[in-house]
Amino acid sequence: MTELRRRGGGGDPDSTENISDKEADGDDKLCFPGEAEGDTEGDSKADTPDVPPSTDNTPQCLNKALEGLSSRWRNWWVRGILSLTMIIGFFLIIYLGPIMLILVVMGVQIKCFHEIITIGYRVYHSYELPWFRTLSWYFLICVNYFFYGETVADYFALVQREEPLQFLVRYHRFISFALYLAGFCMFVLSLVKKHYRLQFYMFAWTHVTLLIVVTQSHLVIQNLFEGMIWFILPISTVICNDIMAYLFGFFFGKTPLIKLSPKKTWEGFIGGFFATVVFSFLFAYLLSQYQYFVCPVEYNSETNRFAVECDPSNLFVMQEYTLPAAVQNVIRWKTVNLYPFQIHSIALSSFASLIGPFGGFFASGFKRAFKIKDFADTIPGHGGIMDRFDCQYLMATFVHVYIASFIRGPNPSKVLQQLLVLQPEQQLSIFNTLRNHLREKGVLPPAVAEAQ
Amino acid sequence: MTELRQRGATEKELQHQSSEDKGSETEGRSEREGASDNEAKSDSGIPEVPVSADDTPEVLNKALSGLSSRWKNWWVRGILTLAMISFFFFIIYLGPMVLMMIVLCVQIKCFHEIITIGYSVYHSYDLPWFRTLSWYFLLCVNYFFYGETVTDYFFALVQREDSLRILSKYHRFISFALYLTGFCMFVLSLVKKHYRLQFYMFGWTHVTLLIVVTQSHLIIHNLFEGMIWFIVPISCVICNDIMAYMFGFFFGRTPLIKLSPKKTWEGFIGGFFATVVFGILLSYVMAGYRCFVCPVEFNNDSNRFTVDCEPSELFQLQDYSLPSVLHSVTGWTTVKLYPFQIHSIALSAFASIMGPFGGFFASGFKRAFKIKDFANTIPGHGGIMDRFDCQYLMATFVNVYIASFIRGPNPTKVIQQLLALRPDQQLHIFNSLKAHLTEKGLLPALEAAA
Repeated sequence: MTELRRRGGGGDPDSTENISDKEADGDDKLCFPGEAEGDTEGDSKADTPDVPPSTDNTPQCLNKALEGLSSRWRNWWVRGILSLTMIIGFFLIIYLGPIMLILVVMGVQIKCFHEIITIGYRVYHSYELPWFRTLSWYFLICVNYFFYGETVADYFALVQREEPLQFLVRYHRFISFALYLAGFCMFVLSLVKKHYRLQFYMFAWTHVTLLIVVTQSHLVIQNLFEGMIWFILPISTVICNDIMAYLFGFFFGKTPLIKLSPKKTWEGFIGGFFATVVFSFLFAYLLSQYQYFVCPVEYNSETNRFAVECDPSNLFVMQEYTLPAAVQNVIRWKTVNLYPFQIHSIALSSFASLIGPFGGFFASGFKRAFKIKDFADTIPGHGGIMDRFDCQYLMATFVHVYIASFIRGPNPSKVLQQLLVLQPEQQLSIFNTLRNHLREKGVLPPAVAEAQ
Repeated sequence: MTELRQRGATEKELQHQSSEDKGSETEGRSEREGASDNEAKSDSGIPEVPVSADDTPEVLNKALSGLSSRWKNWWVRGILTLAMISFFFFIIYLGPMVLMMIVLCVQIKCFHEIITIGYSVYHSYDLPWFRTLSWYFLLCVNYFFYGETVTDYFFALVQREDSLRILSKYHRFISFALYLTGFCMFVLSLVKKHYRLQFYMFGWTHVTLLIVVTQSHLIIHNLFEGMIWFIVPISCVICNDIMAYMFGFFFGRTPLIKLSPKKTWEGFIGGFFATVVFGILLSYVMAGYRCFVCPVEFNNDSNRFTVDCEPSELFQLQDYSLPSVLHSVTGWTTVKLYPFQIHSIALSAFASIMGPFGGFFASGFKRAFKIKDFANTIPGHGGIMDRFDCQYLMATFVNVYIASFIRGPNPTKVIQQLLALRPDQQLHIFNSLKAHLTEKGLLPALEAAA
């Protein structure tokens, strides 16, 4: 329990678990690497070289501007300025529209993948296996091709028009599988006698990374296509939870939350939870009013552009809810006008506050396990891209599963596509079933007596 | 290149191809360690997995006590091989339900074998939580996959029972919640001194799940397409193993790959041709029987699995005119074939060419972790994984092949999705479908006007 420190006093900026890692690293450097913290695997695995201490890559201009301040406050300012910059960047990208968002998500995914793979290289000293870098990137391209192909086929009817694209779509799975197999065979052929285990480790490392990073980023994009609000709200909620938990912890924090991250406290956790639920409730109210955020992203075949225009679904239409009697006595309102989406936003923000931190703990544990302070040095004061996005990943999957289970039905164009591929008899039988169903529902006029 | 040995002469090396590591038996063991010794310098010494005890059943031991050790090994392997093949036919006879059960059991055993190797590699016996978590994750992923299968294929049954309906509607959410629970338990179980171990085991478990569980579910999907899609691929892989071994034994000279020094080009190519021929003949035999060819369906009325249907075009004899070359050689103008036999050529070609890569992968894995076999389950053959390593790539290939070239989407599933759409979307699809069917002439124009 030597790592427990109370929150509140120290002006140390919120590099939370990073600080404790640094101290642990400091100890390690003194003794034989691999023996620190009773590292029992030191005998069975090659030693991890200590990652070289992160160089300070704060831009020169910031350095000049903050010369005067003491080192502690300077750190605060750097982090604060970078946080603001990132948030502004976020809004700017939203403004630029869905295509930009997709590109940015893809860029983030590639950078995260790169960061994790680089850590793998360092851990396993596998710089001298040149084939492996190629293979890792090749697998990344394959899996991306597979996922993007599935998305494009679902959402872009345009694909059904072009001949070569039709071929690619119809045999998409086969082509993706063939590409993957080629990579697999190259891996097997590249096995070198002295490095079997290293190579297998890197192979597994690559696959787990792909599983985590690439699938999640595609879920993010699928959420995006549902409507930009399903992208913006979850991400904002996680960011808000981070900030609120930090602030509550800073002012009120006393009881430590988990040994893994000694800077987190129960006060921060609970305060962050309530603050986040309120924030997302209000933010959802704000966003639901604009068609731009609420409508599914569609590709207009005629104009060849993305359009976000539609009739907002029930979820985004104001409705009246009667307050329960207890609340009525307190507030003296009988009913309140809410968007149904706001109710859903409570579920989303609860998840972000309660389970999201586990993603952060997972990443902390990972960094401690491999004795690194940050994933990379990309963002001054904050570490790598992965450091910023570790809590987001669980969130993206949750939102996707939530939408699939509670909100959206299947995608109509995909269903139509499947229909057109069926055998004619099957199509006919489905046609009849559908016709009867629609007649029952009154959507189609009842059967007219057919002249023979 | 010190591992290369010419085939033919020394009978000591005559072992079944896919476990050539075992080939070096007793005196060979020291050779193997010498050969793979060089890795010991770059990887820290890993404790040797305890030498596999000989667990041949007593009865076999008695019966073969007279023979010399070398021939005894042959006989043990031969008998076990025959036993496994007979068992295979027996369970096919028992029907789809039993097959599913067997696939499930094989999957669990393979998972267990690989996880056990992970434990011995990482000395993580003393992390009791982790065994629980690995099995829990296995359960979660299985629940997810089986749930999807059941929903697809037993749609009517599911709709009848209320509890099943709720489970199926929120299936993804429930599976995700279960997985998350496991994830949170993992995070909470992180112990200060063992972070890296725990992350390794976590990664190991997930990769194993990815390989073992997804593939076994693809096998079950193939099975539901028709038992022939299950039997022919597995038989082709087995046949390729045996044929490549035979050809290698009689004609083998040129080594194939450093990873498996016992494999030769002659065995590879001979096995390829033999397997293709075998595949064609086997498909011819099987395509004649309904019970193999029809998709497995669940009959709502009798609550049983039925394999009864009108065989699709794929399984009806058709005339193919031979190209003139063959025409002059054999004197036949046309030949009657099932279209499925053409597909079987693709399947057996894959089994012969790519299947061995699965075997090389497993060999590399065994060498990397300095184990001789995955486990000792089958005397003379090693563990279940040893038998199934080539099958996995095959299962995925068959599934992708069916999805791309044979089967369309499942009509029941399409109806299910249709009925879940909003009315305006349904109307839109209805009109598109009507236009499409009218175009094709399936709907009389008069009705289209209604």
